[in-house]
Amino acid sequence: MANRRSLVQRCLTPMTVLPRSTMVVVGVVMWVLFFLIWVGLSNGGVVPPMFLPTPTAVLHTGWELLQNGTLPMHIWASARVVLTGFILSSLLAIPLGLLMGTFPVVQAMLEPIVNFIRYLPVTAFVPLFILWIGIGEEQRVAVILFGTFFQQLIMFSDVARQVPRDLLNAAYTLGATRASVTWQVLAPASLPGVLDALRVTMGWAWTYLVVAELVAASSGLGYISLKAMRGFQVDVIFLAIAIIGALGLVTDQAFRFLRLKVAGWAQ
Amino acid sequence: MHLSPSSSRVSAPAAAAPKLRVEGVSLHYPDGKGGHVVALDDVSFDVPEKQFAVLVGPSGCGKSSLLYLAAGLNDVTSGEILLDGKPVHGPGPDRGMVFQGYTLFPWLNVRENIAFGLKRKGIPAAERREIVDHYLDEVGLSKFADSYSRHLSGGMKQRVAIARALANDPQVLLMDEPFGALDSQTRLQMQKLLLRVWEKSHKTVLFVTHDIDEAILLGDRVLVMSARPGRIARELTVPIAHPRSMDQVMEPEFIALKRQILDLLHPTQDTEQDAE
Ligand SMILES: Nc1ncnc2c1ncn2[C@@H]1O[C@H](COP(=O)(O)OP(=O)(O)OP(=O)(O)O)[C@@H](O)[C@H]1O
Ligand SMILES: [Mg+2]
Repeated sequence: MANRRSLVQRCLTPMTVLPRSTMVVVGVVMWVLFFLIWVGLSNGGVVPPMFLPTPTAVLHTGWELLQNGTLPMHIWASARVVLTGFILSSLLAIPLGLLMGTFPVVQAMLEPIVNFIRYLPVTAFVPLFILWIGIGEEQRVAVILFGTFFQQLIMFSDVARQVPRDLLNAAYTLGATRASVTWQVLAPASLPGVLDALRVTMGWAWTYLVVAELVAASSGLGYISLKAMRGFQVDVIFLAIAIIGALGLVTDQAFRFLRLKVAGWAQ
Repeated sequence: MHLSPSSSRVSAPAAAAPKLRVEGVSLHYPDGKGGHVVALDDVSFDVPEKQFAVLVGPSGCGKSSLLYLAAGLNDVTSGEILLDGKPVHGPGPDRGMVFQGYTLFPWLNVRENIAFGLKRKGIPAAERREIVDHYLDEVGLSKFADSYSRHLSGGMKQRVAIARALANDPQVLLMDEPFGALDSQTRLQMQKLLLRVWEKSHKTVLFVTHDIDEAILLGDRVLVMSARPGRIARELTVPIAHPRSMDQVMEPEFIALKRQILDLLHPTQDTEQDAE
């Protein structure tokens, strides 16, 4: 015991490895602390309930909206838009981005435009999209598509560019054709990076969704939030935020799991 | 030293035709400032069939560059590289290569890595299995057939890379400092393994190293390169018969040759203690 560092010392050492149990406990403690502060502020009457609902009030509202079916309806409305936009964007960006990272010609064609558009905030386009597409679901899908596509393009092209050259060279000296190098080497070598980029951009897609729903929507979690603000229903706003957070967490874990399953070799 | 006009060599009898011929090869890299760096300058040499030829030279003299050219992974600026008298265009399975860094496909296990080239050739599964098993045994990795590269040590990875290249049965095997990244202990083991494998197969090999002991121990012939621009400074024949063993590094012929190479590589330096 004498020559082992104490737990406190280890926690204060930069870049050290802590036991898994410590990591979990610290994480749980933070959540408990978070709820305690919330309870203290709301139930303790520090902040009036008009601004900060109690956790039980949020739960109660959640249960009620779940029972009458409005909550599932709005969750599904949001999820549908996010998934449609995200999947469309990914389906376009994966092949195009990988091509961009693989073939300098494609890079030379696309990069200048992409880098220009990439720095335009998608919110600046919302009025334009409303004008062009209207305020229906398509408009929100367009916002997500536009917001994620260009970011994804750059991320996927970086993924392809980071595949070690000699991995391709090794395949060539083993008799691989350009087509088989592309499918048997570039594609599998890019897979872990692609999944990581998808995981990150999925989070962004949720952000754009809420932006789009706050501006123009008649359903969805952003929409009920906005409506609740008008009716001073702060508990509904909290509920919407909590659900968006929970959905984000679920998709994140799903991507982690997928990464482990299909690209476990890259751990 | 350099036989630059090709006509004098082409007229040699067909029986003595080299497996691999490097003829007046120069290579320029762009220097990023509009000019170029001369990495290789008029390099010419032959590797006869079944010979183990070794290129030694200081770091940056163009050894890797030369091997990439022979593999067809890069284009010469001028000159020609011929395999069995035919100019090479691009990479092909007739010239296998083991790289300086690790190049196993990490999503494939050891067996699938070794089978990669065989699969591209369309060899049926049963036969493929037989060949892979043979080379797994040759490099002593039968127990690791189902392992992935992240679970293998550096030496094991290079053994798989060697097995993968050999399984493809190339006409020429190009090896770019395959043991350069290994610790000296593992390196010795790998040299022994390669000697044993080569003494059985007598492949035509062009092997790059900057370890002089390794060059003499493995090679039939040592090509000493000079740097900037890369040139062949001298070709030396290794007068040690096969089968060879590690003990021969102490023999007088070995030490004499080593001194000769050291003098070529470091002409001004006193080599007394290095040669001990
Ligand atoms: N892609 C490149 N672009 C520009 N210069 C290069 C490139 N590759 C190599 N060089 C230069 O060409 C020369 C030869 O490089 P090369 O890698 O062939 O040397 P080497 O003999 O294999 O060295 P080492 O023993 O360190 O592996 C070096 O001076 C290097 O800086
Ligand atoms: Mg090199």
